[in-house]
Amino acid sequence: MSNTLRPYLAAVRSTVTAALTLENFASQVVERHNKPEVEAGSSKEALLNPLTISRNENERVLIEPSVNSIRLSIKIKQADEIERILCHKFARFLMQRAESFIVLRRKPVTGYDISFLITNFHTETMLKHKIVDFIINFMEEVDKEISEMKLSLNARARVVAESYLTAFTS
Amino acid sequence: MSAPVAFSLSQTAITCHAFNADRSQVAVCLNSNDVTIFSRAGNDWKVAETLSEHDKLITSIDWAPNSNRIVTASQDRNAYVWQLTPDPQTGKTVWKPTLVLLRINRAATFVRWSPNEDKFAVATGARAIAICSYDAENNWWVSRHLKKPLRSTVLSIDWHPNNVLLASGSADMKARVFSAYIKDVDSKPAPTVWGERLPFNTVCGEYASPAGGWVHAVGFSPSGDVLAFASHDSSISIVYPAGPVVYTIKLNYLPLVTLTWTSEDGLVAAGHDCQPLVFSGSEGGWQAVGTLDDTTANKGQGGARSGFGGASPVGKLNSAAFHTFRSADSRGVGGAPGSPTAGSGSKDTELLTVHQNTITSIRPYQGHPGAVTKVSTTGVDGQLVIWDVNAVAGLTARMSSLRT
Repeated sequence: MSNTLRPYLAAVRSTVTAALTLENFASQVVERHNKPEVEAGSSKEALLNPLTISRNENERVLIEPSVNSIRLSIKIKQADEIERILCHKFARFLMQRAESFIVLRRKPVTGYDISFLITNFHTETMLKHKIVDFIINFMEEVDKEISEMKLSLNARARVVAESYLTAFTS
Repeated sequence: MSAPVAFSLSQTAITCHAFNADRSQVAVCLNSNDVTIFSRAGNDWKVAETLSEHDKLITSIDWAPNSNRIVTASQDRNAYVWQLTPDPQTGKTVWKPTLVLLRINRAATFVRWSPNEDKFAVATGARAIAICSYDAENNWWVSRHLKKPLRSTVLSIDWHPNNVLLASGSADMKARVFSAYIKDVDSKPAPTVWGERLPFNTVCGEYASPAGGWVHAVGFSPSGDVLAFASHDSSISIVYPAGPVVYTIKLNYLPLVTLTWTSEDGLVAAGHDCQPLVFSGSEGGWQAVGTLDDTTANKGQGGARSGFGGASPVGKLNSAAFHTFRSADSRGVGGAPGSPTAGSGSKDTELLTVHQNTITSIRPYQGHPGAVTKVSTTGVDGQLVIWDVNAVAGLTARMSSLRT
């Protein structure tokens, strides 16, 4: 783990821990409804100030807390065109399977690559510190994953090019 | 000093709990539409009865100790008063619900019997508090609404011992004291520090939370002359209305969501940090004294929760779909470095505290108002824990032992 990643993840961890103080809160706008206030956005007083934690201009996390849900959006590092494509495909792959990730949102917030929506029902059924661990772990792994895919992509390109060009070396 | 006694009532969250007068039964809501009544059987709790009438989550239960009636409030906008009545067919006594005409159109969030048990207050998401009293003619409970300065969902309420004044904490970041005087029920109250003439809906006090957090819990002291409220900005405030003096204790813990007074100079509060904190003070000042949950006992595995460096790559990224995708993607590479290893042991899944998740409700268990010796807590982890109020582990002592 590089030197800037550690404080960055520590900041995200403590912010998410503090933001994950959720409770069951029925809608005060619609009768008999109970929806994530951060998504509904209909009661101003049920929302808290959103917070951005940036590691650098390309990597940042947006945390939007509310009384019964938080939305966490991650901008993944994309240095070049390959990484941009890989990141897009990767995020798309995950979000198509959002059900099995439970806390994943099907669409990212504008300006971000992937978003999580954690509601009070999640913190009731799962251990809170494990949810935080999962988020942090995801952030650690996703960078690794993208760069690994980029390496293997380059390696494959080289193999393909070599085997193609052997036809001309006789 | 005695260790806390923990009972695991369910795997699901417990939204609220209420004991009967002799503490042989406890009514809890297991995060569902039903009230479950557990009876004490030796050192265990057995399900005795299930009360079903609500069709949405039950948010609050209160059990009147003298009249032995239960009142429940739910997100389905209703409240019911349950009374033990003999069944005409079998002759067995069963809990029978009586409808309460709340006249609200949003969730009911909190309910408490008044000290005389002749009325109760229901906090609601409709920016109102319904004060309900019994109408013998029609055999139902009618309500009057406290509406005036409330701007948002009322999250908690507490009765003054004189049966007239009511404190409320709401999501508009304010704690308020109202008069809930109902002519047919109450005799004229004696003047208190909160005011002298108290017609219905008089606002006797309005106190903003120090940093603009939702007020999660309110409580009158046993004498009723002091008000405490806990808000989402991780602070607890104690109000002396005569001054008026407000003492605010800012904590470096997660927010507190529930509190109860144990004596005129002490209270216990708990919340998202999963442990009950003890505060004490007097008109001269207030401070945090310590916690009832002595976590030093097994601090050997301390830091398992906060140390993120040691976290192994587990979690949802370990799923089969992910593996398939990955192996397909990196075909030919094989044995990718940093491949996810088996999940880390169960060591770091447990917190050091007795409660494993947020404590949502704390109530006096033993003793009388003004000299409570034991309190009971329930939380999202499905545990019911009974704590000895005097078994306080000092915060300073604990801090220093952690440092060494």
